[in-house]
Amino acid sequence: MADRAFSTARLPGFSAIAIFVFVALYLPLLMLVFYSFNSGKAIGVWEGFSLDWYGTAWANDAVKAATLRSFGIALTASIISTIVAVMAALGTTRRRAFRGQTFIYMMINQPLMVPEIVTAVALLIFFAWIKVNTGYQGIGYIVVAHSAFCIPFAYLPIRARLEGMDRTLETAAADLYATPWQVFYRVTFPLLLPGIIAGMMLAFVTSLDDVVITLFVKSAGQETLPTYMLGQIRRSVSTEIYAISTVLLALTVAMLTAFFLLTRKKD
Amino acid sequence: MGQAVAVEARNAVKEFGAGPSAVRALNDVSVSILEGEFFTLLGPSGCGKTTLLRLIAGFEMPSSGTILLNGQDISYLPPNKRPVNTVFQSYALFPHLTVAENIGFGLQMQGRPKSEVTATVKRMLELVKLEPLANRKSSQLSGGQQQRVALARALAPSPKVLLLDEPLSALDLKLRKEMQIELKRLQLETGITFIFVTHDQEEALTMSDRIGVMSAGKLQQVGSPRDIYNKPVNRFVASFIGETNFLPASRKGSSLVLAGGHSVDAPAGGTDGQHVTITVRPEQVRLVDSAESGAIPAKVTSLVYFGTDTHCYMALADGTEIIARLQSPATGEAGLAQGQNVALRFAPGSVQVLGD
Repeated sequence: MADRAFSTARLPGFSAIAIFVFVALYLPLLMLVFYSFNSGKAIGVWEGFSLDWYGTAWANDAVKAATLRSFGIALTASIISTIVAVMAALGTTRRRAFRGQTFIYMMINQPLMVPEIVTAVALLIFFAWIKVNTGYQGIGYIVVAHSAFCIPFAYLPIRARLEGMDRTLETAAADLYATPWQVFYRVTFPLLLPGIIAGMMLAFVTSLDDVVITLFVKSAGQETLPTYMLGQIRRSVSTEIYAISTVLLALTVAMLTAFFLLTRKKD
Repeated sequence: MGQAVAVEARNAVKEFGAGPSAVRALNDVSVSILEGEFFTLLGPSGCGKTTLLRLIAGFEMPSSGTILLNGQDISYLPPNKRPVNTVFQSYALFPHLTVAENIGFGLQMQGRPKSEVTATVKRMLELVKLEPLANRKSSQLSGGQQQRVALARALAPSPKVLLLDEPLSALDLKLRKEMQIELKRLQLETGITFIFVTHDQEEALTMSDRIGVMSAGKLQQVGSPRDIYNKPVNRFVASFIGETNFLPASRKGSSLVLAGGHSVDAPAGGTDGQHVTITVRPEQVRLVDSAESGAIPAKVTSLVYFGTDTHCYMALADGTEIIARLQSPATGEAGLAQGQNVALRFAPGSVQVLGD
């Protein structure tokens, strides 16, 4: 119920701006989705419904390889970053407040604030130095880079869940003869699980669609789906890309919906 | 009732914070709680009663002093190693577990065999009359049911001492009355020492074997409900529990002389001429014939009808205000009117001299 003293419903302009923003946000997406089902090639010319482009994309080995690589990286990176994030969240909520706590928060959330291109360049230089010294050329660089910048995305929902948790429950478990470790895995962890899954999904999605850092860090032959798409688009706009984008969009929407449902407070 | 000491606090001090901003929540508290006793810590919020409970539970450690359980120093023992269980004010039921799993939690953590856990949980469910709800999630229960589960969960491991932190404060009045009787029944049936924290003086008076009244981090008085009510040691205890009258007086021989010059009988002790404060409960103030010897004249300032009784507000000649609680007659007024001149007396033995 809106308070009569200040209700945006009574102010002119709010709805107009809202409509404009929604159009700017969603019209391009709708067009992309729409034309991915076009049987013709040209955008803006509807030649009939078809799933041809999905078929083309599916049959393309380069797309398959990039997709598998992207999912592999996203899965590994999201697992690693979630484990680190759980530890960080426990470390920043399950102890007495300490000096420099705000500084630690900033350190953990640094990837959200530092321009991505800066991180990318820094990683490029750092990994180049390691490459020279070790000769290792593998996918590990991308995994490490992704794990690092995904940490804050996993950390934030986990910490929010931990802070929202009734600490008396842990006290009660200790009172009922649970050792500190038992308190964690019998009470804290099960109650934290929705937050952990939410954080992991957020990390997964973030890793899945990263372009900038991946582009700087990857070696030859290590195309992920986004870098592959970027490469294709540079040559010519292929309708195949619409189909891939639509699938990615659907996946992201599904994951974000699940994220929303998991972080929503039920009790 | 056994006379062995179950829990003892010796000069317990608890400070929160450090340096000049430190808050002394518990200031040199010593008390012995007997085995099988229903002991209540009574006091206003912030008086330190919950802090003392948390020291006994092991959620906090004393800044100095000791906490003993059956004679053993447990001051620094973690909560999971103390045979003491707590019923929390918020109940703190595990939301991801069922009623039965909640009740069995303590036994499981103690590593008791499955058959024993099942049997005890069943017995506990019977004890608190919740058998049909065994497989419900705790979030699906009403406040009163959650309260019972919390009780059963804390009683299941058969603790040496059960600590109850204002467990009834979230319940409505009717349910609270029921639970008071229920708690007392459980305590008698199990024979476990109960330490009950409350700010509700009526709760304390009706349920306890003994009460410890706390204020400002200190234990003011320990005694039976009757002692606490009838023989309060100081102004705080007298005013916190029930309504009372305070009157300035000075000692003269074996009696006390009120400001208006009338003397009343008083317990012996004290030195001649000493100025003291005396207290008399309103129900011990009697209206008498002004011709009676020792009658103190007063004037009715107002009358408030409370159903079972009528509160009669009066002023003595020197202006001291005094309240009498008179039983309401079946018909009509109590024969009193505002502005009427009356005489009063204090019932024999009802006058208490306060320590401050």
